[in-house]
Amino acid sequence: MKKFLALILAAVLMLTLAACGDTNDEPANNGDDGNSVNEPAENGDDANADAASEGVMTYEEYAAAAVDTQVTVEAYVQAKQSWWDNKATVYTQDKDGAYFLYEMACSEEDYAKLTPGTKIKVTGYKSEWSGEVEITDATFEIIEGDTWVAEAFDATSLLGTDDLIKHQNEFVSFKGLTVEAVSYKNDEPGDDIYVTVGLNGQSYNFCVEVYLTGTDTDVYKAVGELKAGDVVDIEGFLYWYEGVNTHITSVTAAN
Amino acid sequence: MSILKRCLAAATAIAISMSLTGCHGSQGLKEFEIPEEFDESKNYEITFWAKNDSNKVQAQIYQQAIADFEKLYPNITVNLRPYNDYNRIYNDVITNISTNTTPNVCITYPDHIATYNTGKNVVVPLDGLFDDEKYGLGGSALKFDSPRKDEIIPQFLEECSLGGIHYAIPFMRSTEACYVNKTMVEALGYTLPETLTWDFIWEVSEAAMKKNADGTFAINGQNVLIPFIYKSTDNMMIQMLRQKDAGYSDSDGNILIFNDTVKELLKTIAKHGETGAFSTFKISSYPGNFLNAGQCIFAVDSTAGATWMGSHAPLSDIHESSKVEFETEVLPVPQFDPDNPKMISQGPSVCIFNKEDPQEVLASWLFAQFLLTNGVQAAYSETEGYVPVTSKAQGSAEYTDYLSRIGEDNDEHYDIKIKAAKLLIDHVGETFVTPVFNGSASLRSAAGQMIENVTKSVRRHETVDDAYYDKLYGDITSLYHLDSLGGDSLGKKDLGELPGTAKALIASLIAAWALIALSFLAPKIKKKLKAK
Repeated sequence: MKKFLALILAAVLMLTLAACGDTNDEPANNGDDGNSVNEPAENGDDANADAASEGVMTYEEYAAAAVDTQVTVEAYVQAKQSWWDNKATVYTQDKDGAYFLYEMACSEEDYAKLTPGTKIKVTGYKSEWSGEVEITDATFEIIEGDTWVAEAFDATSLLGTDDLIKHQNEFVSFKGLTVEAVSYKNDEPGDDIYVTVGLNGQSYNFCVEVYLTGTDTDVYKAVGELKAGDVVDIEGFLYWYEGVNTHITSVTAAN
Repeated sequence: MSILKRCLAAATAIAISMSLTGCHGSQGLKEFEIPEEFDESKNYEITFWAKNDSNKVQAQIYQQAIADFEKLYPNITVNLRPYNDYNRIYNDVITNISTNTTPNVCITYPDHIATYNTGKNVVVPLDGLFDDEKYGLGGSALKFDSPRKDEIIPQFLEECSLGGIHYAIPFMRSTEACYVNKTMVEALGYTLPETLTWDFIWEVSEAAMKKNADGTFAINGQNVLIPFIYKSTDNMMIQMLRQKDAGYSDSDGNILIFNDTVKELLKTIAKHGETGAFSTFKISSYPGNFLNAGQCIFAVDSTAGATWMGSHAPLSDIHESSKVEFETEVLPVPQFDPDNPKMISQGPSVCIFNKEDPQEVLASWLFAQFLLTNGVQAAYSETEGYVPVTSKAQGSAEYTDYLSRIGEDNDEHYDIKIKAAKLLIDHVGETFVTPVFNGSASLRSAAGQMIENVTKSVRRHETVDDAYYDKLYGDITSLYHLDSLGGDSLGKKDLGELPGTAKALIASLIAAWALIALSFLAPKIKKKLKAK
């Protein structure tokens, strides 16, 4: 009887404690540190990378579609930017081009499944925001089987040309860029880092997007330490904001 | 053995009671009582969650204010955490209420405080502090020149009152302005009226949609033109409804927004969204980017965004080569009745979160109050088209000199920025705020979302008819949980039946207490039975 009583009381106590949830004293933060940027290519079955289902647009058809058109594409997750209020922002790509999925309907549970390489079928609307072509108001389903992670496309020779935008949202690399200026959004670490880089006499504004690569990532720390005059190789996603605005995912000293 | 049993029972009871106390603020902190003296022999570290408008100077002013304050009170350290978005602050505060890790001082909106206050003693009521002889507004023991209560603009202070109690102090105030490409309006053959009307804006916007044979727009020769862009569609709907004296909500939290006036307004908006004459920030981008590129005629944004507006704007996200030269006019938002204009009052306020140590709360109040001093007020307001919230700062030599030097340069004295500030100063009596209640922040979002949805739908060639609006009202109600707010959102509502897990928990607790009682009584009953 005594043992039974002790057991019951212990169970009740545990139940009440469990119901109290997180008692962590550290300040909580709803932000997503987003350490989910793709690692160097870990290719799955590349040959099947562009095998599309019935009713799914090719990249060419997607690119030709007018803004505000409903689109359905299949693509592979390359990186996740953020999850917020059941909405996910994700970089995806197939063999022919890339798709930026902005605030796609997504549960937190499903967001965890969107690891780099995961193939998804997305239906949404083609939209444009300050030059960034993206898919909005989208829903998605995971397609089991194929996985594919893109190698960075070397877009150095396209900087400053009209052809660069054809690779919008793709995972790209730029070689031998000279750092002109580095500044934190709020003048101190914690938010985005703005990086101005130069090549062949032209300047370009790149960015370390804190929701993609948080303050604890190597790239955030490395970019924060860059100085004007440093010559670097950069990898990132070819995002657009009033012109090219690559979201940097790695930076190394140029050889 | 009986001692052991009793110890077990007592320990269990204490443990259960402690575990409940640890639950999400179920007990809450003790009500804050103002200490008689501020203890300067102890060190206090307080956190300040602040919002700036992607404007680095604002962050620097916060830092300077902190440095100046810490010089006066060396035993108080203020840690700044900057944000760019009010909603992020709101969500982080809510997350941190449950772990008692709220900031000490926080930039806020009254709508948000209404939600924070659903916990017990979470936000400190300030009326007692306002009037405290030593540490209150203009108090005798303060180490800085604080404004008296009657030197805070009464309307701005009133906006911080919830249910008759002040839970915040205003920090800065702004309203919305319509930044107009006057050059383009006149090129279209129109003359700008003193007060814009909605009819005028729609008419000019449609007139601007005429195209050349090559597909470019006749008015700017470019491929892109969105004549009318609204940044905050929440404000757009709220102001339209107030101007029409139509339902939005009442102070009891009754949701009145799903009415015929809203439907008529949405129909008009849809008509112009369909032609491409109207768009929103969420759909297209910042109005200022389009305005400065000669791709927008009427750009409505906060007066606190004035430094991004106009050909010579000191802040800009677009390339220099994309900018075009034009004359910018700064006017109040469009009106239905120009003789009786109404515009929203907005801008950051400051609240203080309760803590176990009243001295820490007092330290927080001292810092919050320091933000009202002339130096901070003038410096911060001059970063944008903000207006200081005290008559003391507005009348200071520094601020009046600043206003008088309008247009001297395109930086500190940028004419558009000072015109925007003057717009609010001249129209304070015509500003309004919406009722605040737990859920009013959701209602705000819902108001704007209807405009966003209908505009997107017509752009996507969806059928927008009466059935569409019925569905829209239903979807928005559900999305923002508006059906659970109506009328009873101030704590009176029937929450319905308890969920099964809660019932099970309560039953377990009752059973535990019964067993505890039994463990006390059993030996006594046994004794009595034996005695008989």
